[in-house]
Amino acid sequence: MLQNLSYRKLGIVYLLWCISWIVLQTLALQNTFGFGWETSLKDAVITNVLIAIKGYIMISMMRFYQPHQVTRLGISIALAFLAVFVMEKIAPIVIGQQEDYLAFLERSSFIRGLYCWLMITLVSALSWLWFSIREQQEIEARKTATEKLAREAELSRLRQQLQPHFLFNSLNSISALAGTRPEEARKMIQQLSDFLRGTLKKDDQQLVTLGEELDHLQLYLDIEKVRFGHRLRTHIDRDDVSLGMKLPSLLLQPVVENAIKFGLYDTTGETIIRLMVRTEDNYLVVVVENPFDPGTAQPKQGTGFGLTSVKRRLYLLYARQDLLTTYQEENVFTTQIKIPQSI
Amino acid sequence: MIKTVLIDDEPLARSIVREYLQAYPEMEILQECNDGFEGVKAIAQHKPDLIFLDIQMPKINGFEMLELIEQPPAVIFTTAFDEYAIKAFEAHAIDYLLKPFSKDRFDKALQKWLAQRQQHDGKSKTMLMPEEVRQPEERNRIVVKEAGNIRIIPVNEIQHIEAYDDYVKIYTAKEMFLKKKTMSFYEQILDPSQFIRVHRSYIMQLSHLTRIEPLEKDTHVALLKSGVRIPLSKTGYSKLKSVLGM
Repeated sequence: MLQNLSYRKLGIVYLLWCISWIVLQTLALQNTFGFGWETSLKDAVITNVLIAIKGYIMISMMRFYQPHQVTRLGISIALAFLAVFVMEKIAPIVIGQQEDYLAFLERSSFIRGLYCWLMITLVSALSWLWFSIREQQEIEARKTATEKLAREAELSRLRQQLQPHFLFNSLNSISALAGTRPEEARKMIQQLSDFLRGTLKKDDQQLVTLGEELDHLQLYLDIEKVRFGHRLRTHIDRDDVSLGMKLPSLLLQPVVENAIKFGLYDTTGETIIRLMVRTEDNYLVVVVENPFDPGTAQPKQGTGFGLTSVKRRLYLLYARQDLLTTYQEENVFTTQIKIPQSI
Repeated sequence: MIKTVLIDDEPLARSIVREYLQAYPEMEILQECNDGFEGVKAIAQHKPDLIFLDIQMPKINGFEMLELIEQPPAVIFTTAFDEYAIKAFEAHAIDYLLKPFSKDRFDKALQKWLAQRQQHDGKSKTMLMPEEVRQPEERNRIVVKEAGNIRIIPVNEIQHIEAYDDYVKIYTAKEMFLKKKTMSFYEQILDPSQFIRVHRSYIMQLSHLTRIEPLEKDTHVALLKSGVRIPLSKTGYSKLKSVLGM
């Protein structure tokens, strides 16, 4: 559709171009050489229609293949010769056997040929430019579309990176509870279902309020607490202003999951996970802290298990690498996320 | 009585094993452990016949815990690891139970072991975790026992490893640790682009090398940053040269 439209546009431009040259040439012949307007017009029409035809041949040829420069030069010269030859055959028939005009036609054949050649070359150069720009635009558009698709796919993959480990261990806990404490088993099934539903229904790029995100997080924490019992404690500091702030959905859960794993697997006692929220300039700042043992922390896991995917997701959404930072102080590992507001 | 120990960091995960074991009055649970440290102590103390072992646990994982035990008991793994990781040790443990597992599946694993046990005159097959078993993730640390304490050493601190009868000596800049393992075990678990077996009795880490010196005709030694000299066998020397691109 778009392509047709732009070809039609090109056709109109081509036609206008041709007409304006006809007018110019008519005036030139009339004023400079003193031919009657009818003779001048006929001459101009024949010349320029011939040029238009040759130009069209050039363009059509170049749409399908781009010949070598020398070949192109040869072709354009041949076309110019042909134009002059045809002109000299047709003009006397159309215009009539006027002596002064025929003499003029004969005398002007060289300049006419040159003129034809220049015009054909100009037309073909312009159309070549037009085609290559169009091709470039098409490549660009396709590239953008591909990138967008890839980005969306990656985002959705990153978001849905639900740890199977978590799921299977939770199911195992439910299995254990089912034998002795069926009521608690039922409750945990409920929590797990709500949590899973929450992860499934959210759109990738959807923004949710911090309040919603924390509710979802709470479901996750409740399940983890059943699994790890007394070993896991959480503190969440929140204020009413921040609760209304927006952030990408399901961003915090992997961060907290990372903190819990890091904390639980790197220490043997009780693990306290702290989550603090504040508003700073135009950012929502979320800070998550977990204990760790600087002596035994595995060097490779210095930044934690699952933070790379969070970082990647922030980069894809905001095109910034500095939104997630981590630091260690004595035996506390801190992850900080800044989420730009009003985007 | 058959003695067992349960090692899992999730209380509920242990409770299901305990529940399933109630059907076997001859089995006695001597202790439940929250992590590998407790596990090592409990195994040393109780000498169980069979342990139920989780893999992902605080501080040291199930594989590392087993490495610390000289005569490991029979092992049934209980884990939520995916099957890909499971395949790595599938052939070697008595069985592995993928969480959550059913009573039937549990019974099958236990029956298998009980049958094996009878065939071997009351003795379980020892060394159910052969040395070629690799950990599912790349090895970036090793665990050692030192005067009753468990130490975790990042592999990049290891300078070289030396064979010593049934043991190996693991040298870091400041210390030496003894471990009852073979040279080929370390040759296999450590990154082969960094750790080179340069001699029948020596493995060295490339990043600790300063230079190679000729000793006599055709023999060479490697000089480490710490000043230690490591003899190079003929094949060891050519291996080292090829890794260094010489």
